[in-house]
Amino acid sequence: MYTIKDHSLENRLFLNRIVTSFFVIILLTSGLIVRLIYLQIVGNEHYSSLAKDNSVKIVPLVPTRGMIYDRHGNVLAENTPSYSLELIPEQISNIDETLLSLQTLLAIPNDKIELFQKLRKRQKRFVSTPLLLSMNDEELAKFAVARPYFPGVDIHTHLVRHYPYSDLTAHVIGYVSRINESELKDLPISEYRGSTHIGKLGIESSYENDLHGKTGYAEIETNVQARLLNTLNEVNPEPGGDLYLTLDINLQKTAYDALNGFNGAVVAIDIKTGGVLVFVSRPGFDPNPFVVGISNETYQALQTSENQPLYNRALRGLYPPGSTVKPFVALAGLEFEAISPEQQLFCPGYYQLPGVDHQYRDWKKGGHGSVDLNQAITESCDVYFYRLASMLGIDHMHSFLQQFGFGEKTGIDLIGEKTGLLPSREWKLAQKKQSWYPGETLITGIGQGYLQVTPLQLARATATLANQGHVVTPFLVDKIVRAHETSPGPETHKDTITLKQENVNTVIDGMINVIHSARGTAKGINTHINYQIAGKTGTAQVLGIKQNAKYNENSIDFKFRDHALFVSFAPANDPKIAVAVIVENGGHGGSVAAPIAGQVIKQFLKDNNEN
Amino acid sequence: MKTETRHEHFEPPSLLGTILRKLHIDIPLFIGLLLASLLSFVILYSAGSQDMDVIIRQAQRVGLAFLLMTIIAHIDPYQFKRYSTLLFGLGILLLIAVLIMGQIGKGAQRWLELGLFRFQPSEMIKLTTPMMIAWYLAEHPMPPKQKHLIVAGLLIIIPTLLIAKQPDLGTALLVFSSGAAVLFFAGLSWIFIAAIITTLSALTPILWHFMHDYQRDRVLTFLNPEADPLGRGYHIIQSKIAIGSGGIYGKGWLGSTQSELDFLPESSTDFIFAVFAEEFGLFGGLSLLTLYLLIITRCLYIASQAQDSYNRLLASSLSLTFFVYVFVNIGMVIGILPVVGVPLPLISYGGTSIVTLLSGFGILMSIHTHKKFR
Repeated sequence: MYTIKDHSLENRLFLNRIVTSFFVIILLTSGLIVRLIYLQIVGNEHYSSLAKDNSVKIVPLVPTRGMIYDRHGNVLAENTPSYSLELIPEQISNIDETLLSLQTLLAIPNDKIELFQKLRKRQKRFVSTPLLLSMNDEELAKFAVARPYFPGVDIHTHLVRHYPYSDLTAHVIGYVSRINESELKDLPISEYRGSTHIGKLGIESSYENDLHGKTGYAEIETNVQARLLNTLNEVNPEPGGDLYLTLDINLQKTAYDALNGFNGAVVAIDIKTGGVLVFVSRPGFDPNPFVVGISNETYQALQTSENQPLYNRALRGLYPPGSTVKPFVALAGLEFEAISPEQQLFCPGYYQLPGVDHQYRDWKKGGHGSVDLNQAITESCDVYFYRLASMLGIDHMHSFLQQFGFGEKTGIDLIGEKTGLLPSREWKLAQKKQSWYPGETLITGIGQGYLQVTPLQLARATATLANQGHVVTPFLVDKIVRAHETSPGPETHKDTITLKQENVNTVIDGMINVIHSARGTAKGINTHINYQIAGKTGTAQVLGIKQNAKYNENSIDFKFRDHALFVSFAPANDPKIAVAVIVENGGHGGSVAAPIAGQVIKQFLKDNNEN
Repeated sequence: MKTETRHEHFEPPSLLGTILRKLHIDIPLFIGLLLASLLSFVILYSAGSQDMDVIIRQAQRVGLAFLLMTIIAHIDPYQFKRYSTLLFGLGILLLIAVLIMGQIGKGAQRWLELGLFRFQPSEMIKLTTPMMIAWYLAEHPMPPKQKHLIVAGLLIIIPTLLIAKQPDLGTALLVFSSGAAVLFFAGLSWIFIAAIITTLSALTPILWHFMHDYQRDRVLTFLNPEADPLGRGYHIIQSKIAIGSGGIYGKGWLGSTQSELDFLPESSTDFIFAVFAEEFGLFGGLSLLTLYLLIITRCLYIASQAQDSYNRLLASSLSLTFFVYVFVNIGMVIGILPVVGVPLPLISYGGTSIVTLLSGFGILMSIHTHKKFR
């Protein structure tokens, strides 16, 4: 449809609008002018006096960041004094000469002199400008002697965050670093005026609000050149709260050292409270350079390292749980009455679904023969669990495992936790647009396939099992101590999974036999103890093995070797500590992962006078 | 259309006239823009702590922007019309690209990294939105019918929301007004205008719901700056003190104490008018407003002389949007409008806004110097 345009009408209309807009513009500009007159003539006296009062400047007083301690009061994060050499250009008669003599005295590299010159140009002459940051003892001593010859040059002290345990606590404590622009936008400006650093990772980031403290301010009188004359009024800053963690640094060190030579993670939880005792991700990294400003090369090296030291395996690492899931599947079988403890299933070394050629193999060639539930756990019989999984079905397994926190965040007080993956029919339909295959039920039953867990999730599920189904929520901060009050750590919810105690005990008996029976897969760790440990080994495939191929540990690349896993708790009759260990490419759970958990458990129970 | 009579007998064109025609430059507008830019260097020197580097960097940008303006002025306005839809569509796609990259990068992002320089699609959309709306409305008789209004409204809302989501409230506001200005000049009926204003005020609570916390803070601080003097209210209070203490004649060039003592933040960018008013007083403020008015008047004149509907709508919208720029920035600095991130046009420090602004003036010059006389 095309309508003939009426040009003269359009012309008139348009010119009309031009004139109207012109008048609107004049009107609005008049508004601006009226406001300017109001501010500059009527308000001139008022604002001029305020401008003079501006010589009373409000400067922020930055609070001291809270300390972080372990459960025994060992310092994990502290504020240490750092010394910088600063110059006040106004008080120095010949600045180039002074710089030259300082350079010969302290062997200052040229680029630092250049940086100082640049900095100096940007600042007023009476402002103290740093030349050297974080001076070492030798530099301090040399300058202290020569100080009288350098008027206008002085040493200044400020506090720098320091992590004495370095790599050992890097992932759990995290670090503080300079506030960047995008963070600045979301921060409360008044609270962070004057602050330079903010928690970026781990506890430092998760508890930023508690650690930072409350900024105070001082009213300072300055003259026209903004030189300080007098301090009029001070509102002191409130230092940040000190955090006392549930972590045991000695136990942490034992676990970290035990992992030596491997990448992996160890998480230990106090079953009674949910307090995390050990939270290790190896390799760690030195967080201290991040505080003062990490060099690009160092950062790149960390980023590109094959061992991925910046990756928090305990919190974010996703692994197939392998056979460590079997106790939970066994318990599901008992709870849903799919099987009885005495019922024996025959294991010929493989399992086939009706009408399918594919053989689901047992780790033991030739099979385990007839096994009941206890033996199936003790010897980690795959065929038993293929059949049990098949009897249960994926829906039952999914709903049961979910109660133990598989596929869900544990709710630990650390930012960045991964959810893991507990597959279900619905999940597969939504994500893969495929229906669920019976074969996938089988491999889920032995902890392979889509199933993925974090080490923290494994530790939590084990603790919950040991706790007779009373759900354990892991946390790290035990209490926050401020100047006038002490508040407890995070609130943990107390759900309970309805379980029959006899069923739980049947499964635990199987887990005890893993360590304390002659055929147990982790019998190597039952020495030198007068209590019982319950556990389960696991091996998670990194590489898919073809139907008729043979997995030979010695013939394949290290990085394709299986992950070794172990979950455990002790003492079996009165559980206190639950430990989950994952050793990447470690091979066998029994020989590599179990001894690490064994060391942690033995030390913890010895320290806590259990024997 | 009426034939204009004054061109029936030709005078022999002077040499200067010929050169200027060849350059496609509108002298009055050019002089106004040049004056504003020179003024910008003078005030930036004072606001930027007398750092010559700041002036040199800004001069490079302004030079580049003037060059771009001249190039654009050479393009026949028919080409703008021809490529309006294409450029608009491209702009929207780039906005979406930026938004998606921002989501991946988990933070606000407004630009695309193009190796040598950063490109802000929202700057491009400031020009292509009025081009698009003008193109669309010029196709139909004016005043526009209801269905055309609805389509045009959607074409304005889409880029506005995309930019507001970045989040860049200031630019979103400018894009919205550039499109709305086209509707106004196309003869949108007063009843409709009243209806839109009513609807917008009714939508305020909903808008509030979608605002980011920092944007809400800005509005709240605007309503009561004294509530948070160390934080959000700091800008407005300090800027009012700077302007008010300037008085009638000001404290003289380089004489501002507020910005010198670092009391006035963003003194080189969004709050530069405060430094200007402190140093040159009411007298200077009025002079600057007059200069702006002269530039706007010349632009409106160019729009009124434009020959076809597309050119008129585009030229008049660009003129009015320039005023919105001025009004929103000064209004914010003198504390009668909330703090939205809009720089003072032609004066504030920064490269992207001046390039877009002068490109717009380039379009106006092109429209004025490419008339086909009949």
